[in-house]
Amino acid sequence: MEQFILGRLTWDSLPHEWFTLGGTCAFVVILLGVAIFLTRVKRWKWLWMEWLTSTDPKKIGIMYIIIAFLMFLRGGLDVVMIWLQQTIGTSNAPGYLGATHGYLSADHFQQIFTAHGDIMVFFVTMGFLFGLINLIVPLQIGARDLAFPFLNSLGFWLYFAGVVLINMFFVLGGAFAATGWLAVAPLSELQFNPGVGVDYWIWSLQVSGLGTLVGGINFVVTILKMRAPGMSLMRMPMFTWASLMGMILVISIFPILAMTMILLTLDRYLGMHFFTLDNGGNAMMYWNLIWMWGHPEVYVLIIPVFGIYSEIVSTFAQKKIFGYTSLVVAVGGITLLSFSVWLHHFFTMGAGADVNSFFGIMTMWIAIPTGVQIINWLFTMFRGKIIFKSPIYWFFGFVSTFTFGGMAGLLMALPPVDFQVHNTLFLVAHFHTMIVGGALFGIFAGFTYWFPKVFGFKLNERLGKYAFWTWLVGFFLSFVPLYILGMMGAVRRMDTYSPSLGWQPLFTVSLIGACIIMVAVGLQILQVIVSIIQRRENRDLTGDPWNGRSLEWATSSPPPFYNFAVIPQVHSRDAFWEMKKSEENKQHPKGATSSERTGLREAAHSVVAYEDIELPKNTPMGIYLSGFIFLFGLAMVWHAWLFVIIGLVGAIWCVISRTFDENTEYVLTAAEVEKIEKKNKS
Amino acid sequence: MKTLSRIIIAIFILFDVYLIGKILLVDKNFQVLNPQGIIALQEKNVGLVALFLMFIVVIPVFIWALYVGTTYKEGNKWAKYAPDWDHNTKLQFFIWAFPISIVCILCVFNWVTAHKLDPSQAIASTNQTMTIQVVASRWKWIFIYPEQKIATVNLVEFPENTPIHFELSASDTPMNSFWIPQLGGQIYAMSGMATQTHLIADSIGTYRGENAEINGAGYAQMTFTAKSVTQNDFDTWVSSVKQSSNPVLDLTTFNKLAQPSQDNPIAYYSSTQDNLFTTIVTKYMAPGKGMERM
Repeated sequence: MEQFILGRLTWDSLPHEWFTLGGTCAFVVILLGVAIFLTRVKRWKWLWMEWLTSTDPKKIGIMYIIIAFLMFLRGGLDVVMIWLQQTIGTSNAPGYLGATHGYLSADHFQQIFTAHGDIMVFFVTMGFLFGLINLIVPLQIGARDLAFPFLNSLGFWLYFAGVVLINMFFVLGGAFAATGWLAVAPLSELQFNPGVGVDYWIWSLQVSGLGTLVGGINFVVTILKMRAPGMSLMRMPMFTWASLMGMILVISIFPILAMTMILLTLDRYLGMHFFTLDNGGNAMMYWNLIWMWGHPEVYVLIIPVFGIYSEIVSTFAQKKIFGYTSLVVAVGGITLLSFSVWLHHFFTMGAGADVNSFFGIMTMWIAIPTGVQIINWLFTMFRGKIIFKSPIYWFFGFVSTFTFGGMAGLLMALPPVDFQVHNTLFLVAHFHTMIVGGALFGIFAGFTYWFPKVFGFKLNERLGKYAFWTWLVGFFLSFVPLYILGMMGAVRRMDTYSPSLGWQPLFTVSLIGACIIMVAVGLQILQVIVSIIQRRENRDLTGDPWNGRSLEWATSSPPPFYNFAVIPQVHSRDAFWEMKKSEENKQHPKGATSSERTGLREAAHSVVAYEDIELPKNTPMGIYLSGFIFLFGLAMVWHAWLFVIIGLVGAIWCVISRTFDENTEYVLTAAEVEKIEKKNKS
Repeated sequence: MKTLSRIIIAIFILFDVYLIGKILLVDKNFQVLNPQGIIALQEKNVGLVALFLMFIVVIPVFIWALYVGTTYKEGNKWAKYAPDWDHNTKLQFFIWAFPISIVCILCVFNWVTAHKLDPSQAIASTNQTMTIQVVASRWKWIFIYPEQKIATVNLVEFPENTPIHFELSASDTPMNSFWIPQLGGQIYAMSGMATQTHLIADSIGTYRGENAEINGAGYAQMTFTAKSVTQNDFDTWVSSVKQSSNPVLDLTTFNKLAQPSQDNPIAYYSSTQDNLFTTIVTKYMAPGKGMERM
């Protein structure tokens, strides 16, 4: 009976090592702090009614970004722990805290880099991107909401459930997977990893992957079906295009991940033999499946970011984007090609020269559309008037890092070179150059760029530039040593190495780089805090702080919850830019200042008749449903079958009850809209 | 405050430059860039040629970026401003054609070198190829010499200038990657699978061998020594391994040896059971415990 209720969970499995205990304490302190704070300011109800149950993509986007940022700090702490171990953990060094070398045991070290990888990919980069897409895409296409507002809420809460699940071993104990971020079989099989670690990995990613999938479907439908009148596909802003491509990728690949994990689950829970060593299991199949998902996945991370750069370059160069069609073709090309390159992750498996060079060549082709994009961005700036604000700094930082990372990637697309650098720190450096120097820099750029739209005031520019330079220095100090280490034959994921190899100084440099990056992140936090304090000075009253081009700048900052009082009519690309231009030509032939433009917009609005707006109601069902799914996942980890049943039944009950709920929308009358608009203007 | 922070940053950077410079100038530990065999040398050269080809695209783009970024700034009076210039068919053609042409060359280069340096490709040499069988287990490397009928643990010794045909498999371990950086690239050693690679050492020397794929707790210390010696020294070494009181490696001893263990010392086996490697590779084909239950 106890087995049925608690499964494998016993007193012994509760946290008892210094790092899990530390995590537990941090977890409890943070939760208590938040709870006390909310009680003191009496904001519980407000939090629940206005935010947690919200179906407004702008609020959900902000919640995504907050959670992603918290996870960014958590994953960043892992980085410092990893590099500290690699710096002090040479094989002749004394061990501290019960470790043989350095201060972490091999098992714990492996858990940390696994968690680091999963958190940074699934919960940080994906979280940031979903946040930005939620905030901006509906505005860019002139929509009032998403196609499926409830699914959006559900997607966020499933993502959050995944976040909690991956950190759950701090609370309930056990361990995390010590397998590398993809939990490759057969290492992730029962034979080698009998504990709960891999199960935490499976259920955390399975639950959040489900959230990603419903989010992806939602955005594809939204972008295809809910654009403002006149906005044909080839008039969409580049960020919308890139998000569409990224979300199409999500829909195509996340089912592969889910299926792969289900097969692994069957192996681990029901003793089947898909990827085991014996009884006809084939672990190579797992590698193929996981990379069929995994390679397009890194493009899911980078493709929307390409869109962010397109927007920023065009806005800050004050010029139409150059080669729009080329950019669309390039993004589409990368999306398609990303499906045919997965085998380059294991040239060393011995598939033979034909197979290897086919996948190598497909990989090289990706360099073409990527290069074309960069050249087109530079041509956008050519004969522009670049305003050097921090988003443009991030862009140039991206060009310098991404190009080098791309060259390293092309080198590894050559099987003979890959044989010599595969699984070394050279590969780790390449990957991080692409994801940090590419995706993360772009996310920071997009965050700075769209921040005034979302919150109504700009970020402090000076601190933003400081943060950029600190980041760039920290970035090069962290990752250049890794390229060199790869050339010295240092493989990845080592918890210890012989001091005679001469690697220690380079690891030290990397650790210093990581600390500098921490300072940079601190500066970014400071930037947000200072900006909030100075918000009166940096307030954006026009709704258009950067002299923007696409529709998100056509509404006020922050936008009203219905986004647009009147759905704009689109006549061309850069819809808002053209609107501003035609207004100026009509009334101020010699050009208008920004305050005049505001006046124009108000004038334009005052003559237009408002209409009734249909909006989705807030609903807590997303929280309940993902809560039950969370319970199901957690109970599966511990084999606590009673709670598995409760979770499953609860989830099904939620789905059914939501299906029969027909009262999900309300109407905001034209009079109310007019009242809100008038109030906003005064 | 500002000066102080600048000084601190400068000290940091100088310290790092010193550390990197020390390694680049003093240390000769660049195993991948210091090949000791024709395979590793060719692999390195493939990389250098490809790097050169890429620079044909990358350097102009960098110069272009620098030019555009410094010239077309807001406030630069003499720079031309053309806010509506967004298309030029000829230019677009060039923008696509330039990277395509370089990548096409790289693709041909990829196909040719991937076939030429396919690890299953035998190395042409005046000396006859020697076969060594490698079994990865947790967490040690077992080398079986089918021709000499000896075996070693964590040490592989072979004559210089002789092509070595490594046949690789593993026993009850997750995947492993066999790598001697100075002699040539990696290949996976997988349980129930046989893979192969051909390597050669140009001269005598001792090289570091390692595992490049995570396979559990002892992963980082799963290293071995590769030693190339003269033919005479090799023959002497073989006979010393054979004649001494070293144990025999049959299936029973092997199964004991293949149990998980870390930091294994170098060990020698005076003779081996026939077809030991084949037995290890095919052992998962026999019905296992799961089958018996059915």
